[in-house]
Amino acid sequence: MESRFLGLAYLTPYIIGLLVFTMIPFLASLYLSFTDYTLINSPVWIGLENFRDLLDDRTFKRSLNVTLLYVFLTVPLKLAFALFIAVILNYRLRGIGLFRTAYYVPSILGGSIAIAVLWRYIFADAGLVNLVLTSIGLDPINWFGDPVNALFTLALLRTWQFGSAMVIFLAALQAVDKSLYEAAAIDGANKWHSFWHITMPLITPVIFFNLIMQMVQAFQEFNGPYVITGGGPLRSTYLLPLYIYDEAFKNFNMGYASAIAWVLFVIIMILTLVAFWSSKKWVYYAGDKRS
Amino acid sequence: MSTPDTALTPASPTRVIILNPEDRRAERLSAFVRYTLLIVVGFIMLYPLLWLIGASFKSNAEIFNSIGFIPQEPTLDGYRKGWETSTPYTFGRFFWNTFLIILPKTVFTVISCALVAYGFARFEFRFKKLLFASLIATLLLPNVVTRVPQYILFRDLGWLDTYLPLWVPSAFAGDAFFVFMLVQFLRAIPRDMEEAARVDGANSFQTLIYIVVPMLIPALISVALFQFMWTMNDFLGPLIYLSSVESFPVSLALKLSIDTTEAFDWNRILAMSVLALLPALVVFFIAQRYFIEGISVGGVKG
Repeated sequence: MESRFLGLAYLTPYIIGLLVFTMIPFLASLYLSFTDYTLINSPVWIGLENFRDLLDDRTFKRSLNVTLLYVFLTVPLKLAFALFIAVILNYRLRGIGLFRTAYYVPSILGGSIAIAVLWRYIFADAGLVNLVLTSIGLDPINWFGDPVNALFTLALLRTWQFGSAMVIFLAALQAVDKSLYEAAAIDGANKWHSFWHITMPLITPVIFFNLIMQMVQAFQEFNGPYVITGGGPLRSTYLLPLYIYDEAFKNFNMGYASAIAWVLFVIIMILTLVAFWSSKKWVYYAGDKRS
Repeated sequence: MSTPDTALTPASPTRVIILNPEDRRAERLSAFVRYTLLIVVGFIMLYPLLWLIGASFKSNAEIFNSIGFIPQEPTLDGYRKGWETSTPYTFGRFFWNTFLIILPKTVFTVISCALVAYGFARFEFRFKKLLFASLIATLLLPNVVTRVPQYILFRDLGWLDTYLPLWVPSAFAGDAFFVFMLVQFLRAIPRDMEEAARVDGANSFQTLIYIVVPMLIPALISVALFQFMWTMNDFLGPLIYLSSVESFPVSLALKLSIDTTEAFDWNRILAMSVLALLPALVVFFIAQRYFIEGISVGGVKG
């Protein structure tokens, strides 16, 4: 029998990292959100002033609205695409591996600046999308000049990267016990019934997992708006992470930036908790089959 | 028990189901619809990438005039001019910088995450549940909330404009996702061999090195590959911490070249974008199995 501390010894790097790079910064940012700190002097405690300022900050309100719109638009769209394609791929199709790869490529590359650059050029006035539109006799669209269109191009970029969620769905679909379908078929269920009453309940844990991960990621989107639209036009794509970046690393308002970051964090946490709470009603955990 | 592999094999094609002709016709029709859909959607999705590659070999005039991706008069103009950049450095320098960031980061990640995952998966100790919960919490914690204090910390340490802020956190198992993924892999590996080794007198570290690591190689490759991709794509980290152009990685250099290039010189930027994507694409196609296993195991079993 070895020492009870051996396991902890292996965890040492993690524990140090957790404290130094996560826990302390996490608490420090809460503290900073109550201060005025521009990196020149030491932080000055100002109580709730940053948060009071946020209430009157029109840029913040605009940014928050845009962020919520972006998240509520892209997360369901991305999950729906991912699930839809995964279900189609899950039939006994030849070439499933090939399709899976093809659909996965965008999400492997998607976070890259090169892809943001590509997006910027295909939606530019003289870009590919407008060339296609004019070649089929439609009018070109001013993608980045119009607030709704600009946000749409960013939402499309995120949806385009549904591959990783799809791979997770596909693995879950393939893990569904095939004998359940046979039993259901004998009982006279058609494919649609089987899908709704067998497949869906069994993959709800994975839907839940994907939902949380996609939401947390969508709230933090930075590269796309930073490179493609620069937050414009009229701040229509000025997502909160962009605002935090500008406040912190351009204006060096570390206190105010921390306050915005904490508001964003609290929103994400509340939505995550709502998801967890509601999951009791819709997520189905089959016995202890996996372990 | 399901190993990573079985979760990936397609629905068993061996089962023979006898259908009457009408059902068979319906089956064939629905297969046709499914294939058509998959091909059309896939084509639309991948066309931008094809176009990017084609356009990088076109002249600027041709980029603005044709929607096809095959260049009529292929030219290396974009590559030649793009590679030079408007800075004193070529893209060669920026690729080298990217490599300098990736290599230590990947090595640190693999070592630290393997140690920590081994601790979690094979030992009992106080606060284990709490620590594992902290791992999951970190996984969900938005980075945006820790970024400002991290910046201040690295600034106080005098690490700004060096690669240290990018390297060091990975030496402390900074990416919870990888630890989690490795713990999932380890749980699926039977302990018989390790127990035999322990009976023969190996200590826990020897067991890790000689028994566990060899079995864990595929998972460690997954970790290294994911870290490679993520670091290759990382933009915000370098953007915050690096200020000298001479130490820019490719991602920053690319953004810099959009800002400094004439509005209609598209081909050189598209050409450099192709080069920026190339390492990730090559690695993905060589080793895609590891990516798909990593994401399936890390995700599904969670």
